[in-house]
Amino acid sequence: MKKLRMKDIPITSNSLFTTEGNETGDWRSQSPLLDAEKCSQCGFCWMYCPDNAIRPEKGSFMILYKYCKGCGICAKECPSGAITMVTEGSS
Amino acid sequence: MKNVISSNQAVSYAVVSAKPQVIAAYPITPQSSVIEMIANFCDRGDLLAKFIPVESEHSAMAACIGASATGARVFTATSSQGLALMHELLHYASGLRLPIVMANVNRALAAPFNIKADLSDSLSQRDTGWIQFYCETGQEVFDTIIQAYQIAEQLLLPVMVNYEGFILSHTYEVVDIPKQEQIDSFLPLPPQRHCLDVEDPFVMGQTTDLYINFRYKLYQAMEAAAIVCKNVDTKFQRNFDRGYELIQPYYCDKAEIILVTAGTIAGTCRVVSDRYRKRGLNVGVLRIRLFRPFPKDQICQVLEGVKKVAVIDRDFSPGCGGIIAQEVKSALQGLRAHIPVYEYIIGLGGQDVTDDMIETIITRINNTKESEGCTWIGLLG
Repeated sequence: MKKLRMKDIPITSNSLFTTEGNETGDWRSQSPLLDAEKCSQCGFCWMYCPDNAIRPEKGSFMILYKYCKGCGICAKECPSGAITMVTEGSS
Repeated sequence: MKNVISSNQAVSYAVVSAKPQVIAAYPITPQSSVIEMIANFCDRGDLLAKFIPVESEHSAMAACIGASATGARVFTATSSQGLALMHELLHYASGLRLPIVMANVNRALAAPFNIKADLSDSLSQRDTGWIQFYCETGQEVFDTIIQAYQIAEQLLLPVMVNYEGFILSHTYEVVDIPKQEQIDSFLPLPPQRHCLDVEDPFVMGQTTDLYINFRYKLYQAMEAAAIVCKNVDTKFQRNFDRGYELIQPYYCDKAEIILVTAGTIAGTCRVVSDRYRKRGLNVGVLRIRLFRPFPKDQICQVLEGVKKVAVIDRDFSPGCGGIIAQEVKSALQGLRAHIPVYEYIIGLGGQDVTDDMIETIITRINNTKESEGCTWIGLLG
């Protein structure tokens, strides 16, 4: 990757994108794991996610790990216990 | 055309001449008549701007930041507690590099409550990244507002124009208001800059670990600001036959004592200086007009070789003393010569600063070899 130089950056921190370009996934220390078999498709995780990092998928939901900060709210709110939090990096 | 107006009115006329597109302000004594008049101008159609009556100064600056981020030329005015309430957003304005122009009418900060002149309100905002001017006359206030837009838009830094409450804000004097064509040719439309645009969205001032690099860019802009302010003043002199420089020395060549001050106290000091020169003591006066960036090189040039320097502050930082005195002492480090700096606190909360008081200061300086630390003038016995 090209090394970033002082002359390459603008006078203030203006991104060239909207917040979609802010990939906050690497802030995560805990990772949500979704068990699609247990999922009742109620959509609580999708509604409660404060980062809009869960999207409806056919028959279930998809966690966007690019943005998920690992707060665990989805796991806490899931009435079916389909989401478990695991330490980031563990198998 | 020559008009007999107050400095607050001078600001309002200057703002009409500079044609900002958005004005957001909240009234506060002694600034209120500035925005009352501007609101009237907007209502009558003399100024084609969006006037946003906000619920606080915090919101006033927030609205100015938002408007300026879209590319609009903006204006606001405040004073004392209002400026203090804006504090957080002052950093935002400079950090986002927005060319906002603000008039601040210097007034004492509570408590105890006092609505009269005191420079502590704006001097205590010195680290917010705003360029700061301190004016002495209504004419200078008008002209500095016009200059401020040009400076702000060249450097992409916000500019604060300060002048003392009541002493200037409500005092009527002759102010020449140039023809609109003259102002337009001095102050054309602002150059293009990277602005918020719904067609091409982006995040302005987003979270970044490159923070220190952006602060460095702000530092560089401030380092360049003194020259830009000087050049804009020179251009102003060419166009309007009057100018102010960054600092104003008065009989400082060969002076034994130089009184350093800001704002209207300089006028009283000049009267006393004339009196002493007739008696055979050369007393010079140095008025600091530009406070941020602090023009230390120019100040050192004037103060070099003088026996004694006295800084007269209508402001103070508890635990430190006069704010301008600290800056002057720091600037003098560049000279590597020992010049005693006498520090005086005077006129806080609008107390009259009389010629007798300035004479008292000069007598004290004459009678003491070394500075006595921070000395307060005009206290109860």
